[in-house]
Amino acid sequence: MKTYVAKRALLFVPTMFLVTVAVFVIMRIVPGDPALIILGEGEDGAADNLTEAKLAKLRAKLGTDRPIYVQYGTWVGNMLKGNLGDSYFYEGRPQVTYYLKDRIPTTVELALMSLILASVVAVPLGVLSAIKQDSVSDYAARIVTLLGIALPNFWVAVMTIFFLVLIFQWAPPLAYEKAWNDPWTNFQQLIFPAIALGTSNMAFIARITRSAMLEVLREDYIRTARSKGLAERVIVYRHALRNALLPVVTLFGFELGRLISGTVIIETIFLVPGMGKLLIDSIGNRDFPMIQAVVLVIAVTVLVMNLFADLLYAWLDPRIRYS
Amino acid sequence: MSLDRGSEAARGGEFVQVEPGVVIALRPKRTLWLNVVYFATRKPLGAFGATVAIILVILAAFAGVISTHDPYRTNVQSGAQYANPSAEHWFGGDHLGRDVFSRVIHGARVSLYVGVASAFLGSSMGLILGVASVQLGGKVDLAVQRVVDAMMAFPGLILAIAIMSALGASVHNVVIALTVAFVPSTARIVRSQSLAIIEMDYVLAARAVGAGNWRIILRHIIPNIFALYLVVLTFYIGGAIISEAGLSFLGVGSPIDTPSWGGMLSGATRQYVSLAPWLAVFPGLAIFVVVFSWNVLGDALRDVLDPRLRGTD
Repeated sequence: MKTYVAKRALLFVPTMFLVTVAVFVIMRIVPGDPALIILGEGEDGAADNLTEAKLAKLRAKLGTDRPIYVQYGTWVGNMLKGNLGDSYFYEGRPQVTYYLKDRIPTTVELALMSLILASVVAVPLGVLSAIKQDSVSDYAARIVTLLGIALPNFWVAVMTIFFLVLIFQWAPPLAYEKAWNDPWTNFQQLIFPAIALGTSNMAFIARITRSAMLEVLREDYIRTARSKGLAERVIVYRHALRNALLPVVTLFGFELGRLISGTVIIETIFLVPGMGKLLIDSIGNRDFPMIQAVVLVIAVTVLVMNLFADLLYAWLDPRIRYS
Repeated sequence: MSLDRGSEAARGGEFVQVEPGVVIALRPKRTLWLNVVYFATRKPLGAFGATVAIILVILAAFAGVISTHDPYRTNVQSGAQYANPSAEHWFGGDHLGRDVFSRVIHGARVSLYVGVASAFLGSSMGLILGVASVQLGGKVDLAVQRVVDAMMAFPGLILAIAIMSALGASVHNVVIALTVAFVPSTARIVRSQSLAIIEMDYVLAARAVGAGNWRIILRHIIPNIFALYLVVLTFYIGGAIISEAGLSFLGVGSPIDTPSWGGMLSGATRQYVSLAPWLAVFPGLAIFVVVFSWNVLGDALRDVLDPRLRGTD
């Protein structure tokens, strides 16, 4: 196990380095000069007092007048000190970390709620589908999962709002409350976004659970369990499901990516002040340091969670670490 | 593929008299039509998907002929704004009085172009990268795989959003952004498959008779990966269509007045959905039906083309 951990950790370092390079490069393909963007975005007539001297001063302040590798070095150096840069848009309190700290818990809460909701529905659905393979309930469950995957989550969200408002005349409380301030209001505000976000994840988890269960149910140890005369319930839950859930763990990283992508869309529609909405708002504001920081935080989260999932998998399944 | 020989012969096979009194039925040539019939009877859902895909191509190609109105022409005077679906406006009118039916039909063009172009470019580049990574091996493989790892840390949509935020909204930029997002996962899948193939005895045999790297890639690896490539491509077309819709919905995809299904669901539609629900219903249904079709077509193709993957979900 130790060598496995060391090996994975060793691979993690260059990958992390490349992730920072990728984020840095993407934000450098922005056409134009950041100094021009900042000065140009001011009030009307800003172009009049746009002088070369002002531009040069701002460039020096932003550091964009220095060679690209120096800029990268400074950026990474600051990052290690916990400073992800200054926003172009928020003037009073420009540190992007301030906004991230405020937004991240909301997104995590929304993602967790939707993941729990999705799993609660998906795992039994997948199990049922597998133990009754090719029955009517299996086909019904498979159609539900196929629909869940093809339904765009933004459409589900728009329709959810439509039905809530039109049919039930119900709208969630407007001013967003944090979970620790007012849990009930917070729950009302997040439950429908979580459901809309969870549809496609539910479908994916159900599909994976079904295929993993089908595979496991054909194993020799299941036949052994049957021949011992164990109850079908014990076979399914104790022997099959436990082993079938292993591959579900490996797909966690992939699922997490889908989940985060989903939060961006769902937060924008339901006006949930999380990281995803911050990202989309920042694009509208042309606030590149903020976009850069949000994208970096997401990539690093996925990377760390993937590492964690791999280690967990190796710990659960000894075959992995010795291969 | 166990076809009933007797009935197959009766349907169109030839009969040959080998000696007096003994007539045998020859296996009919597997014509394209027979293959299609075989596919449709074995995989009805896949055949449905293929039919929708063909319809989508026809709609996209003849959008100008099929649509009843100019998809861009606004009309706020004659009551076309939020018009109910009617003989004049089949799917109703939007907030600027544009004909929703015509916009949905023209939207097929955007969806199909983005879907096919980005899925083809992304999976082809991934194929080349994956095969090259295995063939060159060693340090190159290690380096390529680290880059792939790094790229895969970005969820597809997030990477596309980041690229779009830098490039600006345009249909071509959506293709670029989605292509970049598709390359790493294809490279990863192709690499693992190529690694398995390169260990095969027939590759060893080819080397033994003196085949070079290029010959092995072109004659042994690529043909054996091609089925997988087609399946991946099909799934990515569906994925790209839903992603384009998502990006346009968020306002970072196709420009705002472009008739794109995702764009049609955003902005004003969201605000006025209770006033004119069809504004959200028809473009949403279009995305749903098309993505569903590409997915079931991909499932069916995978089952038929690659027996190893059969029954894995």
